[in-house]
Amino acid sequence: MADNLPSEFDVIVIGTASVNSITGLPESIIAAACSRSGQRVLHVDSRSYYGGNWASFSFSGILSWLKEYQENSDIVNEGPAWQEQILENEEAIALSRKDKTIQHVEVFCYASQDLHEEVEEAGALQKNHASVISENPTEAVHSAYLPSEDESLCIASCEMLTEQTPSSDLETALEISNVKVTGETEKHDDKTCMKSASEEETSKNVPTTEGTALQPKKTRITYSQIIKEGRRFNIDLVSKLLYSRGLLIDLLIKSNVSRYAEFKNITRILAFREGRVEQVPCSRADVFNSKQLTMVEKRMLMKFLTFCMEYEKHPDEYKAYEEITFSEYLKTQKLTPNLQYFVLHSIAMTSETASNTIDGLKATKNFLHCLGRYGNTPFLFPLYGQGELPQCFCRMCAVFGGIYCLRHSVQCLVVDKESRKCKAIIDQFGQRIISKHFLVEDSYFSENTCSHVQYRQISRSVLITDRSVLKTDSDQQISILTVPGEEPGTFAVRVIELCSSTMTCMKGTYLVHLTCTSSKTAREDLEPVVQKLFTPYTETETENEEVEKPRLLWALYFNMRDSSDVSRNSYNDLPSNVYVCSGPDSGLGNDNAVKQAETLFQLICPNEDFCPPPPNPEDIITDGDSLQSEASEASVILEANSETPKESASLGNPEEASQ
Amino acid sequence: MRQAGELDESVLELTSQILGANPDFATLWNCRREVLQRLEAQKSPEELAALVKTELGFLESCLRVNPKSYGTWHHRCWLLGRLPEPNWARELELCARFLEVDERNFHCWDYRRFVAAQAAVPPAEELAFTDSLITRNFSNYSSWHYRSCLLPQLHPQPDSGPQGRLPEDVLLKELELVQNAFFTDPNDQSAWFYHRWLLGRADPQDALRCLHVSRDEACLTVSFSRPVLVGPRTETLLLMVDESPLAVEWRTPDGRNWPGHVWLCDLPATSLNDQLPHHTFRVIWTAGDAQKECVLLKGHQEGWCRDSATDEQLFRCELSVEKSTVLQSELESCKELQELEPENKWCLLTIILLMRALDPLLYEKETLQYFQTLKAVDPMRAAYLDDLRSKFLLENSLLKMEYAEVRVLHLGHKDLTVLCHLEQLLLVTHLDLSHNRLRALPPALAALRCLEVLQANDNAIESLDGVTNLPRLQELSLCNNRLQQRMVLQPLASCPRLVLLNLQGNPLCQAVGTSEYLAELLPLVNSILV
Repeated sequence: MADNLPSEFDVIVIGTASVNSITGLPESIIAAACSRSGQRVLHVDSRSYYGGNWASFSFSGILSWLKEYQENSDIVNEGPAWQEQILENEEAIALSRKDKTIQHVEVFCYASQDLHEEVEEAGALQKNHASVISENPTEAVHSAYLPSEDESLCIASCEMLTEQTPSSDLETALEISNVKVTGETEKHDDKTCMKSASEEETSKNVPTTEGTALQPKKTRITYSQIIKEGRRFNIDLVSKLLYSRGLLIDLLIKSNVSRYAEFKNITRILAFREGRVEQVPCSRADVFNSKQLTMVEKRMLMKFLTFCMEYEKHPDEYKAYEEITFSEYLKTQKLTPNLQYFVLHSIAMTSETASNTIDGLKATKNFLHCLGRYGNTPFLFPLYGQGELPQCFCRMCAVFGGIYCLRHSVQCLVVDKESRKCKAIIDQFGQRIISKHFLVEDSYFSENTCSHVQYRQISRSVLITDRSVLKTDSDQQISILTVPGEEPGTFAVRVIELCSSTMTCMKGTYLVHLTCTSSKTAREDLEPVVQKLFTPYTETETENEEVEKPRLLWALYFNMRDSSDVSRNSYNDLPSNVYVCSGPDSGLGNDNAVKQAETLFQLICPNEDFCPPPPNPEDIITDGDSLQSEASEASVILEANSETPKESASLGNPEEASQ
Repeated sequence: MRQAGELDESVLELTSQILGANPDFATLWNCRREVLQRLEAQKSPEELAALVKTELGFLESCLRVNPKSYGTWHHRCWLLGRLPEPNWARELELCARFLEVDERNFHCWDYRRFVAAQAAVPPAEELAFTDSLITRNFSNYSSWHYRSCLLPQLHPQPDSGPQGRLPEDVLLKELELVQNAFFTDPNDQSAWFYHRWLLGRADPQDALRCLHVSRDEACLTVSFSRPVLVGPRTETLLLMVDESPLAVEWRTPDGRNWPGHVWLCDLPATSLNDQLPHHTFRVIWTAGDAQKECVLLKGHQEGWCRDSATDEQLFRCELSVEKSTVLQSELESCKELQELEPENKWCLLTIILLMRALDPLLYEKETLQYFQTLKAVDPMRAAYLDDLRSKFLLENSLLKMEYAEVRVLHLGHKDLTVLCHLEQLLLVTHLDLSHNRLRALPPALAALRCLEVLQANDNAIESLDGVTNLPRLQELSLCNNRLQQRMVLQPLASCPRLVLLNLQGNPLCQAVGTSEYLAELLPLVNSILV
């Protein structure tokens, strides 16, 4: 199939080399913008899903992502020797195959594990992945328990296929794989059912002596249930929200990409104060409805927020305080300590030391400016997870003729010695593909290229819990909570709690994302906050459920590299037509990615409009076929390695394909 | 087509094309009604049901074009009202959907009240609905108003209590809710209006405030609690003299016979003869189920009976809940808010009203200060505030007069801009209005049947309409005013006993021939100072 790939493009977007290939949000946007502007775009990705570190995973998906992370180090690069292809007047920039963006991964499972040893063994792959060494990667059973790869493949590809004429091989391949997966999932389900049946039997037998333990137990989520409902989970590696007047929302609307996604409004802003979680009143309706504020506080808060909305118009109110920190400035205002805390940490989302008065006012204004556009909080969350967004832009790119080539890695960039420009790539099959512009995510550069680069780190944690950190009438709340760093030098931790209606977790559970700028490993940074807010799941606790903290069913910690503020100049010897996209930053919004995308797009296509609205299909006069079908014909998804479902299940092993 | 009587489906089709694009076309809706009415008689029930279904669907599409179209909502009301088995649940759902989009669409609120009444939705459910919308956005007159209709239904007062008011626990809960609103946004009027309703009192029942009989003038005067119209032949106001009915002609003091507070009638000599030790006069207001009686004793010139302004708390303005503790705590929180928002006019006004309701005399000085602040922050309404202030001051003076049990009222040096409550001054004999900012002596002044001396020096008076038919007026002083035209003096001629008139310092004094004119106009006045 690789033979089918045209050998010349205008723009090549590279998600290559490593197992966790990264085709992030900025790359997707640029690809979409270029393709919209008539450029021939090739998007290569060695992974079978879009999004890279921006991706969302099902539960078993994240487990195998973890497994691959573990195996990452074992990969040996044995592609066809590309060195032979480099001509005398050329030189090569080798691309890295090893992903160094994720570190310090640690997983903990607290949910009740299966009672029988042998059943536990059957699921051991997921649970004890860290200790599992994959002896036989192509083993059928092995892949059977990792349906998510096929799933995400199906979801990603089929979606594209609905608009495009699929290559027939691929379609059948997918269909087969899909069926197979379903079959195996059913098998799996059967086992789970059997399991839970036996579990119930045991419970019935055992608690006759124990008595009360039976009742609450039935309502609890077990690990096998999480596995069984694993497809309900969409776990983001990056935890972000969309500011409802942020650049990304504007772009989604302008380009009409928004029609590919659905969003939910964040329902509440929370604060953690004096050991308690409480809701932060930030909109007019919140302040009105708040029970915890006194009447006078309501007035003070509203008055201050109203001032922030147009603080520039009242310079005399803040000019004198420009030199001091925002938190000091708040003390000079008529605000109770309670309100100062809310404004500083939950609305301006800054810390005691981080911002001065102007920054704080700006942040507060931005927050308030976003309020009320789509609801009573300033944020939106995309259904099915943040990972939907790169996919949406990929879809737009494909509609305008961009070609996607999943599971296709690139070995090196070819640079013309004389002009110092990159002129082609050499892919995993040794094929040389010519292009004018090359877009590379920074994690693909080898150590030679990055020897001078300094990275920051983001500490991340993903938790599955059994109830919300703040119980209300509705169990379908989407919340954001900022926990300030305790000691100087530590960073505030951002907690985003997603309910099941965001389509990111199964019913009866919450998916909680914690994010902060790293000072140590993710677990060292985040565990104190996790301990404050949650309690590990234990079997026996049954009393005082009302006042209990939410219980942890499962927890994952990892560090992610933050390359967002790396300057282009820090990379060694980059040709001028190779553009670098950074990985996700630690900020809450997506403005960085959009800004980066627009800047790079302007370099590639100067004087072109950035993602203009697509033409209305009704306005296009063509004889017979609509633009859509033309576009479809052009944008064929090319798929390496997917001849058989068996092979498709054995992921990310490029050398296997070449065998 | 309409004239030709061609009312069939083709008309429906034609009108739907136009109304679908612009639903604000009353004539076309009328056409449709005529067609539908005709079709009702012609079609089978099944066909009609289909027709109605189409019409409802069409109406909904029109509402989507313009959710605030009077014609469309009206047509829907009309249609639903005609259906044998209307689906009210569906209509409520429709309202909820439209209010979801725009929670302040009062057309839809109106329709919702119609539907809720027709479907007999429990008030508690509707109240919960208003709760949910106020929670979303409390800046919503319709929602607050609906509460004011629902709450009295939910908590009916015992028969003896004031109708339309709320029990205290409910009231306190509502007050808290509305306080939340005006502390959150004190510039939102809707909450303040609801607040005023909560603290307000029910419309008072009609009452006869005062009855006065004068032997000299052979006249009986009645003053009412509100302006009424007493028809010439109708028997709405009955007079019983010594327990036997007496047919009389009622008229207003100014002779215009339009709705007024004060009505009077001439009495025949037989009813006033001095043979009997006394005469009793009973007046019955049949329309309002009220009556009053007074006695004229032998040898007395006059007799009267009146409600005391002090007993009846006549002037505790609109705000008057029985519990002064409630008012007191409302006053506290408003003062608290005022400290935070010194320039909020709604807050200032509410403070003034609360003080009036609590104790008009005790808070007089403070009230005047708040008026001053209020005028400074809201100069656009200065004239309104001046008038309101005048009203309050006049009320206070009246209370003081009654406490002193005199018939002399001093209103000098009070910066009054307007005169009101004049119907309450039926018995006043001496009135001093000097050194104010009055621009007229209004027609209502004619109610002062006992007035003997009127001083109104140093004002800006231009007209004297109220100095009409004052039977006892002897002295009138109008120095330093703005009387320009001789014509405005005309009403003075109707005051039979006027003997002293002082017009010094008015522009008309400069005009040639004024003295001559006055001598001719008022031959009986023996002292005219020009």
